[in-house]
Amino acid sequence: MENLAVEKRFVVSSSPHVKTPETVQKIMIDVLIALVPAVVVAAVFFREKAIIPIVICLVAAMATEFLLIRKGIFNDGSAAVTGVLLALTLPPGSDWWLCVIGAVSAIILGKYVFGGLGNNIFNPALVGRAVLLASWGGRMTAWLSPVDLKSTATPLAEPGQAALVDLFTGNVAGCLGETSAVALLIGAAYLLYRGHINWRIPGGYIGSALIMGTVMSAAGFGFDITMGLWHVLAGGLLLGALFMATDMVTSPVTPNGQLIFGIGCGVLTMLIRIYGNYPEGVTFAILIMNAVTPLIDNATRPRFYGEVKK
Amino acid sequence: MTIKTFKGGTHPPHDKPAANKPIVTAKVPSRVVIPLSQHSGAPCEPLVEVGDEVKMGQKIGDVKAFISAPVHSSVSGKVVEIAPHFNPGGSSPMCVVIESDGKDTWADDVKPKKPLEELTGEEIINITKEAGIVGLGGAAFPTHVKLIPPEGGLEALILNGAECEPYLTCDHRLMVERAEDMIYGAKAMMKALQARKCYIGIEVNKPDAIAATRDAIGGDSTIEVVELEVKYPQGSGKQLVTAVMNGLEVPSGKRSTDVGVQVSNTGTAIVIADAIKTGRPLIDTVMTVAGSGVNESANILVRVGTIFTEIVEQCGGIKENAAKIIMGGPMMGGAVPTLDFPICKATSGVLIFTKDEVVMHEILPCIKCGRCVDVCPAFIMPNFISNAGEQNNHVEAKKLHVEECIECGSCAFVCPAKRPIVQWIRLCKSAIWAMSSK
Repeated sequence: MENLAVEKRFVVSSSPHVKTPETVQKIMIDVLIALVPAVVVAAVFFREKAIIPIVICLVAAMATEFLLIRKGIFNDGSAAVTGVLLALTLPPGSDWWLCVIGAVSAIILGKYVFGGLGNNIFNPALVGRAVLLASWGGRMTAWLSPVDLKSTATPLAEPGQAALVDLFTGNVAGCLGETSAVALLIGAAYLLYRGHINWRIPGGYIGSALIMGTVMSAAGFGFDITMGLWHVLAGGLLLGALFMATDMVTSPVTPNGQLIFGIGCGVLTMLIRIYGNYPEGVTFAILIMNAVTPLIDNATRPRFYGEVKK
Repeated sequence: MTIKTFKGGTHPPHDKPAANKPIVTAKVPSRVVIPLSQHSGAPCEPLVEVGDEVKMGQKIGDVKAFISAPVHSSVSGKVVEIAPHFNPGGSSPMCVVIESDGKDTWADDVKPKKPLEELTGEEIINITKEAGIVGLGGAAFPTHVKLIPPEGGLEALILNGAECEPYLTCDHRLMVERAEDMIYGAKAMMKALQARKCYIGIEVNKPDAIAATRDAIGGDSTIEVVELEVKYPQGSGKQLVTAVMNGLEVPSGKRSTDVGVQVSNTGTAIVIADAIKTGRPLIDTVMTVAGSGVNESANILVRVGTIFTEIVEQCGGIKENAAKIIMGGPMMGGAVPTLDFPICKATSGVLIFTKDEVVMHEILPCIKCGRCVDVCPAFIMPNFISNAGEQNNHVEAKKLHVEECIECGSCAFVCPAKRPIVQWIRLCKSAIWAMSSK
């Protein structure tokens, strides 16, 4: 046995001895890349009223995380994602202090009170947004028209009024990231291609909202089959369905669970939009579904190989 | 021809540098260290003493226990020592050390047996046992135990030629070079098992092996090649059964024979053919030596008991920056701290990785991306089990069916947080095993 000491340059570790090149940081960078189209569109429509909040949120989120754990300013990249996502849920021209409070809340209340990335129950960006929405409701719904940057109402205040084509391209009032459907879809297509999201959560979310929007429009606003599509394209639904609900940490891991989660988000969003006090329901719909994610995972555990029913 | 597979699994980088290298024969070692326990089951007792002259193929260790396999000398020469020696399994079993006289004189009882047509199933099982044959796929389970026919015979024998581990090519080369003997061995196993069919599962990245096997089968309609998708772990026993038998699952806690199927390695069929045709026991094995840390990759026929250091020299030596020695494939093989270990019957390969490939990753918290759940061929939830394992919560791990894990490593391979999932699972399993055996 004495030769062991001589040859101790050989590493002994548990199998497997090969690992995928994929890392948490690379996934987060891909999410940032996927958000680029939405950021660019926001910058085109709202100019400095978009760029300044995005930069402030990004820097504030990363700085908060750095001050908390001091592991490099970029670290795993999740703080940067949270910052950008939060900014995209803010109205154009949000005050700097609103951005900072949102970002700090997102990182601390959304993530670190639970123990950091991976342990958080709620989507951090949405926690930040919820804090702002509860505290400064007026400022959080002060919309600007992308045409002349003057104050206007969100299209959700008057369902069915905005043209679908404007909703699709982004030529409507709304939060920075929720105006252009096409930019969000391009980003989501990239995430799909890279394998970071799958169709189940967005599909369940958008599908259930589409069906509910169409059916419920018959009850509330006169039957109109385009109302379903309108509900999908208006407001933050696509941003939520493609980038918020698909957050890995706070959504189920089982295939069936993901579908249930998506459908739950869609149903709750529509219920809040149509019957709730808020014009928009995406934030709270996703946060509520985040809370029941562990239950969904438990209930949808796959049948293991060779499982025999007892 | 449809290409079959199982649900789940992943695609590790499929480096097979030695795939086109014919099998070469290693030099006769001057000294062999033959472990008396190279198989699952009871270790053998030595039948020789220090100072004894032994011949090649002479039985040097045996035991009465049913689940065991005798051990034979792989050289002719003189027993110089019987002592424990480091073994890649981590233990140090008793080993018989024999100095070769260089003559390779066969023992007298190494003689061809009766032709296959005249042998009974029982005789085939006995020949397999006496030849010390064990499963060459990795677990080294005594083959004669697996050849006992179940009541009413067997639906099918499946020969495992998937060889889904990266780097390993010994089964591939054996199929290409010795397909005739493989089919002969398959027929012997079918006779012993009273199997109605034999399927030989081969991944489609080995077209030459598929062609050679089809040639060797000829017109025999009871033996069939099944083309398998290139996917890891296609060569895992249960997953192979599911792929070949069109979705048939081996129920939890049962053996494949309970659903009428037996699985064995293609290389095992070849050594059974050898034992019948020539009478020679299992005293050598074909192994792959590969990896960026070795100068020349090779498929090499090695005498059991050869110290690996000698084999490495015949492969051009190891590189200066060699940093990890892996027994078997990179997905399931165990790392060993030294080159000084004997080659055993079931050694399928040794990989040598350089420093650049041996990265110690920072372990991050699980981000619940669900990739491990997607790839797990046992359909359990490695993410939650790894969390339970990290917290030493063995009760929770048991609730999550940790015991169903086949330790294929697919989950840990795909994990972006670089969590040592399999390591935690193994710890959980052994803790649960210790709890239940109290």
